[in-house]
Amino acid sequence: MQLGSRAREIVQQPWGLWWMQAQRLTRIELRRNLFSWKATWIYCLAFIPAVIIFIHLLADSHPGFQMSEDTNILAGIVQLYYIRLGVFFGCLGIFSRLIRGEMIERSLHFYLLSPVRREVLLLAKFAAGSISAVFLFGSAVVADFALMYAGFGAAGRDYIFNGPGMGQLEAYLLIIVLACLGYGAVFLLLSMMFKNPTPAAMLVLGWETINPVLPSLLQKISVASYLRHLMPVTVGAEGIFALLTVETEPVSAWAATVGLLVLIAVVLTYSCLRIRTLEIRYSTE
Amino acid sequence: MNDRIIFEDVSKFYGEVLGVNQISLSIPPGITTLVGPNGSGKTTIMNLMTGLVQPSNGHISVLGLAPADQTELFSILGYCTQFDFFPRGLTGWQFVLDSLMLHGMEKAMAVDLAQQAIERVQLGDAAWRKIAGYSKGMRQKIRLAQAIAHHPRVLVLDEPLNGLDPMARAESIALFEELSRQGMHVLISSHILDEVDRISDRVILMTGGYLIAEGNIHQVRQEVHEKPMQVLIRCDRPEVLASKMFAINHCVEARLHADGKGVFLRTGDIDQFYSMLNGIAADGLVKIDAVAPADDDANAIYEYLIGKDGSPS
Repeated sequence: MQLGSRAREIVQQPWGLWWMQAQRLTRIELRRNLFSWKATWIYCLAFIPAVIIFIHLLADSHPGFQMSEDTNILAGIVQLYYIRLGVFFGCLGIFSRLIRGEMIERSLHFYLLSPVRREVLLLAKFAAGSISAVFLFGSAVVADFALMYAGFGAAGRDYIFNGPGMGQLEAYLLIIVLACLGYGAVFLLLSMMFKNPTPAAMLVLGWETINPVLPSLLQKISVASYLRHLMPVTVGAEGIFALLTVETEPVSAWAATVGLLVLIAVVLTYSCLRIRTLEIRYSTE
Repeated sequence: MNDRIIFEDVSKFYGEVLGVNQISLSIPPGITTLVGPNGSGKTTIMNLMTGLVQPSNGHISVLGLAPADQTELFSILGYCTQFDFFPRGLTGWQFVLDSLMLHGMEKAMAVDLAQQAIERVQLGDAAWRKIAGYSKGMRQKIRLAQAIAHHPRVLVLDEPLNGLDPMARAESIALFEELSRQGMHVLISSHILDEVDRISDRVILMTGGYLIAEGNIHQVRQEVHEKPMQVLIRCDRPEVLASKMFAINHCVEARLHADGKGVFLRTGDIDQFYSMLNGIAADGLVKIDAVAPADDDANAIYEYLIGKDGSPS
């Protein structure tokens, strides 16, 4: 009976209004996130590999036998550069701005004084941050992929459209989307918990690095550990880099995807609880 | 839904620092002014009722709504804060329009309301410029436009006259009075006491996080028994009136008006003072043109209760 009334209460909530408000907030945030001079360094972070691959395309010849080597290099760029550095620091820049940045700029109160539930505000900001990050890093990975195989001419096109190329690109894009959502959720929460989320982000980076050698249960509290299982090409790293690619326990792709989505949902739920009691005290910022 | 803003035994501590302590208020519609020195708790009261900070103790309701009921509360409340900062890169028009769009209304209606609000604060074509290039007075106006654009029933204004030139101040005061006449709650904090005095229906005096006095400004003045009241009497023979009042040992201070056509008299018992004044007038000894309290304004009460430097006198 009580469960029934609770369900009725949930259904009766103004979901339509919340959806409309979330869309409008997301649009406002996108306008500010994507077209801002302050975001220039994130564009650089995303497109540095594309620039290097482009120079490689112009400067070097591309004999057919080199394609598998370039495929491995591309996998290495995604796993060692984007997941560990590019998306990590890019998301730190994008998502920590959403709440903490507005507190530093002393403009967050305008949103908290609008007739929008704080949970809707937080989720809309998260959506805007995710769209920005996915757009940026997704297009960077597509550019990397296209440039990497452009030098191989017909063989490259054949690899992409008739071989495993397109499947690999889809897997990379899935990894980028999940990485943006995962790190985004973590950094959004950290930015609400700490005035300066960077030291905490460095701890997260350390945690992600040593995570493969931790016990199985602790490995589940990591973004990169799930993403490793989705890699379409195994990266043969050596030395210290081997730590970043080691797979201690095989996990299926769908389990890794669902596992990461659950982790994101948990972090966002906790963030929603925190924002309900968030206070505006700019003088302490 | 009731028509009052209610604070029940509300306290707020910022760590170990007192914001406000055990505040109980019941504020009816009209213009209510929060008066007090810096750090007295005026902004904390406003932030508490809008949910920007959470109370450590007690309950708050705004026309029956809790500050946590954001969707409902901010449909009927507009808050013009004293924070002089805006979301980056916006024009005044975008700022007001974005805010209205978050109410979930159709764009055409939002455009219409934004237009009305900007006209009401007389910002004119400046609304199309970036806020970053605004003067302080223009920033104050655009914040006010944003706060009133959705036609709220409760308007909270933290130092709304700061940065405005005399003309703009007069226009703002006229706007507050007009909104109050329409049955709106207008809660103002201001240190420009003379202007506050003229437009307030009631005052809330605060210092150090404590409520010192509350109510209609004249009632509050009468409750300050220990301070003799000052009355200005316009008459043809002020020196005769002063000596007569002193002769019956009722006045504690007399001061002639600068123009020589009146006298300021200070008395400890205003009721007896008026009855004696009536007797003097009836005797025909002095022709009295006008009688008016000279110190039951917010400024005087503020000084009596809080002191010039913010410490109670």
